[in-house]
Amino acid sequence: MIKVEGLTKSFGRQTVLRELSLEVPTGSITVIIGRSGGGKSVFLKHLIGLLRPDAGRVLVDGVEITGLRGRALDDIRRRYGVVFQGGALFDSLSCHENVAFPLREKLRAPADEIVKRVASALAQVGLEGMGAKLPGEISGGMRKRVAIARALVTEPEIVFFDEPTTGLDPVLVNTIHHLILDLHRRFRFTAVMVSHEIPEIFEIADRVAMLYEGRIVEVGPPAAIQASTNRVVRQFIRGEPDNSEGR
Amino acid sequence: MRITEQIDALTVMALNPMRYLVAPSILAGLVTFPLMTAIFDVVGIFGGYLVGVKLLGLSPGTYFGEMQTFVDLNDIMTGFWKSLSFGVIVTWVCTYKGFNVGHGAEGVARATTQAVVLSSVLILVWDYFMGSILQ
Repeated sequence: MIKVEGLTKSFGRQTVLRELSLEVPTGSITVIIGRSGGGKSVFLKHLIGLLRPDAGRVLVDGVEITGLRGRALDDIRRRYGVVFQGGALFDSLSCHENVAFPLREKLRAPADEIVKRVASALAQVGLEGMGAKLPGEISGGMRKRVAIARALVTEPEIVFFDEPTTGLDPVLVNTIHHLILDLHRRFRFTAVMVSHEIPEIFEIADRVAMLYEGRIVEVGPPAAIQASTNRVVRQFIRGEPDNSEGR
Repeated sequence: MRITEQIDALTVMALNPMRYLVAPSILAGLVTFPLMTAIFDVVGIFGGYLVGVKLLGLSPGTYFGEMQTFVDLNDIMTGFWKSLSFGVIVTWVCTYKGFNVGHGAEGVARATTQAVVLSSVLILVWDYFMGSILQ
């Protein structure tokens, strides 16, 4: 389980996270929703250990990671897979080499095993035969799928998705969501996803948490969030304009 | 690599970006700067030949004879040691600026300018000190 307690983070005078608390149950898909620029990616970077909070802590299976550095933090990160917003594929490596990279450098797997696992991972995301292409030669949707393959090829226990479908057309959004759901059923990893895709994420999430003004204002199963009486949550999931803006 | 989150991707794979990005760049600087210096030493010698012999009418024998009289191994080695240190300075400054780049295209443009300016100034300052030490 990932447990976040009283997470606070400011950049200069701007406070992005305010005593944010959340629990992510093991094996679940938890989706963080919220407005653009609301601190969702900042929150995710704290879970990954890329940012350090001003106050509060993050616990992964009871181990506090906020104070960890070096090898101790790397030991936690070895259990992680991360799909970045833009894919973060290494642009000088082919798709095959990108997916093989964590196997070769992180797990030190033998060459023949790497070839098999990369082929299998690319097939799982529907990209058989595309291994020789460079990231710049494939479409945005394909890059996202290669990024998912790279994140999952080491069979991590916890996978973080930072807006994995941003900028894709509705067909691709559904394709990626069903791919994530299918892979989750197979590997049973704990997933934390940041997304704006309303209402599509309600189909794949076990739990949805709404981040607003640096705090989680509502968390629960998709049905409960959809039936929420919280004004902020209702406004967000219905896409109603914010009348307070522009005044 | 910073703005496209490729450095973050390395970090979350529990891999050290310094080892994968900075160390190879500094190593490449240590190899290429002395090589480039050697190439430009040769270009300089033949540039001097063109001006001295072809334009000003010196005899080739005089040109190369005086070259041997006034240029010794210490001059070549001074250039070699300077080029090694410049290789470290330039790659160090550039990878530092690349690692700490700001956001978007503007951040990359600013970091590139700062890297070029800082490298150039440091080379001028370090060249003075190296020249004083190696004389």
